[in-house]
Amino acid sequence: MNSSILKNIIRFVGLVFIQVLILNNINFLGYINPYLYVLFILLYPFNSNQSIFLVLAFLLGFSIDLFEDSGGIHAAACTVIAFIRPNLLRFSFGISYDHQNLRLSTTPIGARLSYIFISIIIHHFILFFLEMFSLNHIILILKKTLFSGIFSVIMIMLSLAVFSKKYR
Amino acid sequence: MQQIFNFLIRNKNNILFLFLLALAVFFTIQTHSFHKSSFISSANVVTGGIYSWANDFDKYMHLDEYNERLMEENKQLRNILTNLNDTISIENYTDTSSFDGTYYFRTARVINNNFAKPNNFLTLNQGKEAGIESEFGVITSKGVIGIIDRVNNRFSRVISILNSESRINAQLNKTNHFGSLIWNGKNPNIVQLIDVPRQAPVKEGDTIVTGGKSLIFPEGIPIGSIQDFKLDQSESYYHINVKLFNDMTNIGYVYVIENMERDEILELEQEEDEQ
Repeated sequence: MNSSILKNIIRFVGLVFIQVLILNNINFLGYINPYLYVLFILLYPFNSNQSIFLVLAFLLGFSIDLFEDSGGIHAAACTVIAFIRPNLLRFSFGISYDHQNLRLSTTPIGARLSYIFISIIIHHFILFFLEMFSLNHIILILKKTLFSGIFSVIMIMLSLAVFSKKYR
Repeated sequence: MQQIFNFLIRNKNNILFLFLLALAVFFTIQTHSFHKSSFISSANVVTGGIYSWANDFDKYMHLDEYNERLMEENKQLRNILTNLNDTISIENYTDTSSFDGTYYFRTARVINNNFAKPNNFLTLNQGKEAGIESEFGVITSKGVIGIIDRVNNRFSRVISILNSESRINAQLNKTNHFGSLIWNGKNPNIVQLIDVPRQAPVKEGDTIVTGGKSLIFPEGIPIGSIQDFKLDQSESYYHINVKLFNDMTNIGYVYVIENMERDEILELEQEEDEQ
């Protein structure tokens, strides 16, 4: 249990640093950035206390906001996907989620991809919507959501592939 | 009472979620209101410290480029200095070192810069300890960068010219027709100059400089050149796309401008209001 807490603390701090120091400076084609830090929320132990998880997700987004000068947009997006994560898990993995013995690295690739993709798209949409703060730019918001989302999903799948060897 | 507590405990996650979401949205709305930006910004000790540490690497990697820019600027200044006697009668030329007495220049390094969002900010590695206050102007040798909005002891935050909340007074270099400089959030190299009256002789390629109507920038700091222009819906004002001289995506060192007479002017204007 202790090693799990430690692992999550390191993951939290590490992802925030990677995000603000490296990934936020990519600006591919002017506006496309991957948001890898969502990985923390996706990987957080599935059977843990939901209240603590919500607070952690808020703090994660909030730390990114502090660095980005963006108010609370990341915090809002993170809180929302943390709140709806149980529903997403049930939707993507079906019955095995309810048995509480699910590990992301052992799930079929299709289910894993749908879980990650849906989470990322919801997160990015809230993020860019709050960033623009108006419906006049809805096309730009959707464009950013789609392109940054694809980039993020690729980054997250790659990181999972690289780091999952350790668990086996 | 018992039932209320039961209700709260049963729904504690939902309530917690709504509370956190409301908090996040509150912070978001707060940053959207200009000049009221709160205690959350990248100019605090923790984030500022980390950015300044990370920027040390970046600075080292770009030393050559910075040297080149300094050489270029030195060359220009030297040219002005040696030719001073000949060119003293040229009126439209403005050089930032000649505003003696009224404006005081400080240097600072940009430790965090963003340009891809609709509201962009920069963080500088100098703060109150170096004499920087909010509402000071920020420029480079090529042109305007923005205006300081928050300061703490060691760091300060700049509202970039690429911020939808930013409005800077600007004018045509040739004539004194002025307007407001805004940004539509699309291209980090192009800003928009609006409210320029129709009478102004606007031509592609003309230079746009800061106007003398603001207390922040000296008159005549270069901003950019006119890329294209059209009349707005009322057909009485121009809407001009301005291509910035600065590459906003690549800024190393900046000058922070203090207007020494600002307080006196503000005091005077307030006296007028009271009468």
